[in-house]
Amino acid sequence: MFSRRGYNIESLAVGTTETESVSRMTVVVNVDEHALEQVTKQLNKLINVLKIVELDDSSAISRELMLIKVKADDASRSKVLEFVELFRAKVVDVSSDAVTIEATGSRDKLEAFLDVLAPHGIKEIVQSGVVALARGGRSIADRSAKNPDRN
Amino acid sequence: MSQYVDIHLTRCDSCDLRALQWNNYQHFVVGGDAIEELPANQAQPVVTSHSAQRVCHQKPANYEAKSKRSFGRTRSYSMSKRITGAESLVKSLEHADVEVVFGIPGGAILPVYDPLMDSPTVRHILVRHEQGAGHAAEGYASASNRVGVCMATSGPGATNLVTPIADAHMDSVPMVAITGQVPSQFIGSDAFQEADIRGITMPITKHNYLVTRVEDIPRAIKEAFHLASSGRPGPVLVDITKDALQASADFVWPTSIDLPGYKPTTKPHARQIKDAARMIVEAHRPVFYVGGGVIRSKADKELRQLAELTGIPVVTTLMARGAFPDSHVQHMGMPGMHGIVGAVGALQKADLLIVLGARFDDRVTGKLESFSPKSKVIHIDIDPAEIGKNRHADIPIVADLREAIAQLIPAVTSEFDSGNRADLTAWWITLNHWRETYPLGYDTPSDGTLSPQYVIERLGKISGPETIYTAGVGQHQMWAAQFIGYEHPNTWLNSGGLGTMGYSIPAAMGAKVGCPDKTVWAIDGDGCFQMTNQELATCTINDIQIKVALINNASLGMVRQWQNLFYNERYSNTDLNSHSIPDFVKLADAYGCHGIRVTKAEDVDKAIEKSMELNDAPVVIDFQVHRDAMVWPMVAAGTGNDEIQFARDLAPTWERGDD
Repeated sequence: MFSRRGYNIESLAVGTTETESVSRMTVVVNVDEHALEQVTKQLNKLINVLKIVELDDSSAISRELMLIKVKADDASRSKVLEFVELFRAKVVDVSSDAVTIEATGSRDKLEAFLDVLAPHGIKEIVQSGVVALARGGRSIADRSAKNPDRN
Repeated sequence: MSQYVDIHLTRCDSCDLRALQWNNYQHFVVGGDAIEELPANQAQPVVTSHSAQRVCHQKPANYEAKSKRSFGRTRSYSMSKRITGAESLVKSLEHADVEVVFGIPGGAILPVYDPLMDSPTVRHILVRHEQGAGHAAEGYASASNRVGVCMATSGPGATNLVTPIADAHMDSVPMVAITGQVPSQFIGSDAFQEADIRGITMPITKHNYLVTRVEDIPRAIKEAFHLASSGRPGPVLVDITKDALQASADFVWPTSIDLPGYKPTTKPHARQIKDAARMIVEAHRPVFYVGGGVIRSKADKELRQLAELTGIPVVTTLMARGAFPDSHVQHMGMPGMHGIVGAVGALQKADLLIVLGARFDDRVTGKLESFSPKSKVIHIDIDPAEIGKNRHADIPIVADLREAIAQLIPAVTSEFDSGNRADLTAWWITLNHWRETYPLGYDTPSDGTLSPQYVIERLGKISGPETIYTAGVGQHQMWAAQFIGYEHPNTWLNSGGLGTMGYSIPAAMGAKVGCPDKTVWAIDGDGCFQMTNQELATCTINDIQIKVALINNASLGMVRQWQNLFYNERYSNTDLNSHSIPDFVKLADAYGCHGIRVTKAEDVDKAIEKSMELNDAPVVIDFQVHRDAMVWPMVAAGTGNDEIQFARDLAPTWERGDD
């Protein structure tokens, strides 16, 4: 559906939910307001889609996991480790010329982390894709269906 | 342990009730999947057999038609005897009330064809190309309002169905396509005749299924038919692996459908209806912009009522021709790229568009930014994704059209009763001026060759509005939409959204099968005809008497017109030489059809009248027409509707009633 309609996917994360037969897909799309409405409506047409919720920064918590391989030799390693400490990340692999860091956080935090690491030389990055949950006590399953068709 | 009986449903030959034979003495009407009446102490189970007699017996004295309600045993009935997946598929089709399937057998679907031969209610028509099967299913559905069914084998059989499936998707035609698939253990191994048809058709089906377990077949079929025919109709593909067809299981026809992700909204919002009614009565230049949705939801009677109540002009798009009678004084005609000036003007200069089952297609709107700039929009459609897609809707209403219009009628009436009613006199003066000044017309060719518009006009007049007309794509399609007067819905079948050449002949075949008492004329171009004319063999052999009016200009006419207007008459690759190759009369004869050739205007009427009387075989008339005939009016691609031309370099002046 996304390729057919030409929508740009920035990140995609899928997994099972609290209900075993239902999986949850978290998609970050790069579109303007009008197109976002269309994305939601088109997704609703898919028979297997049970519910759609739009989550934005103010009403939801979003996190992403990143593994970063940074150049770090004896001279620069302590500097790198300082940043790891400051960003509350973890080192998961060490070699003579590089360290691999695991970092979790919001997109903004991770982007800032990458910015400070960049001067040291980033060898490789892998991102998991954003996952998000709405704030508050209600779940996506028990929200009364706020139909996107009632606009 | 409960005893299960196999229920065999047949149509009684004498009284036409769908009945179940019971102990040879009585029959009871069956509603849906549950039995409505059951004798309290039946001694013997009903015997199912494919040779069950269809006999009429007296209805029991206390019989009364009941609403769909079971009589205690809502569980589905099945023999404890196990049947194969193939038999299960055929049985499921019978339960789904299928009367005809168009298809071609092959390796993967082979198991189905054996029980299919014995089915008393499902008739299979063997076509000559799977594309023909697909378009026939479309024509059947569009003419009869039932779900069309086509069947093909795996690999190339299935991929040959892709074009008609995409076509059904674009035009919202209810269709179920059943394809065989290689055995499940071979999927993904590049087996013989393997194709991932599920993946291929994902963007062009409303939904699709890959069935690998025999137990899943009935549920998949039941859901497929439900999805195809409800909400916004569309094609559903069911791909069944060969091992599922050959395995055995108990047959269980599900009594309910559980699709938590599919709940189309059919009831309109009361507040929106009220607001819409208010807006309608206050508008000074309103127009009903009617699309194909009115035909799919069978809302033509309600539309007519509402139109006559309000006195508001109506335009019908290419897919909606026939939804409102062409002869009606309020009908302004067809809008769009080749629409009539009055209809295009009505939309452009309106202050309110009441959009019913239409989608602001680019062929109708021209440049979107300049389409109907001053109007507010009430958009009623069953598909919420269409509302607001191309044009903002001031009052969006997601509903089944028939229900929505039915509710609008009393709402508008109550507004009129309170004295709210704008005066439309000035608007009608403007509209009538456009109608009189810019009627549809055409030039008679000066070289004595036949005018294609004349042929089509005469065909419409002689065969009349009770006929079902189909067309291919191109110039002949536009002339057929313009010069024939359509009075009823489901009488004009064509490929609008996808624009598939070759649609006409197989769709006409499907339409005739679905409506055998109607005359069916397939209008086709010589380019389109050569794509699917092999189905004439199917028609002759199966006694499907369609009539074909071939508008033969020996060209790919529409492309040639564009080359004439925009490419300095450089006719690159649009010359088909079909005035001589092939000889269409000989070709018709080869297919067992009557072939007639017409080259002069004075022979047109005679040929058509003669064809109307020939009913022992299909008829093909080769009308050899003038090659440089043009479709007018025209809104060139990328321009706005204000720049419509009704003849070469001639545009209407819009001063009257202007803003």
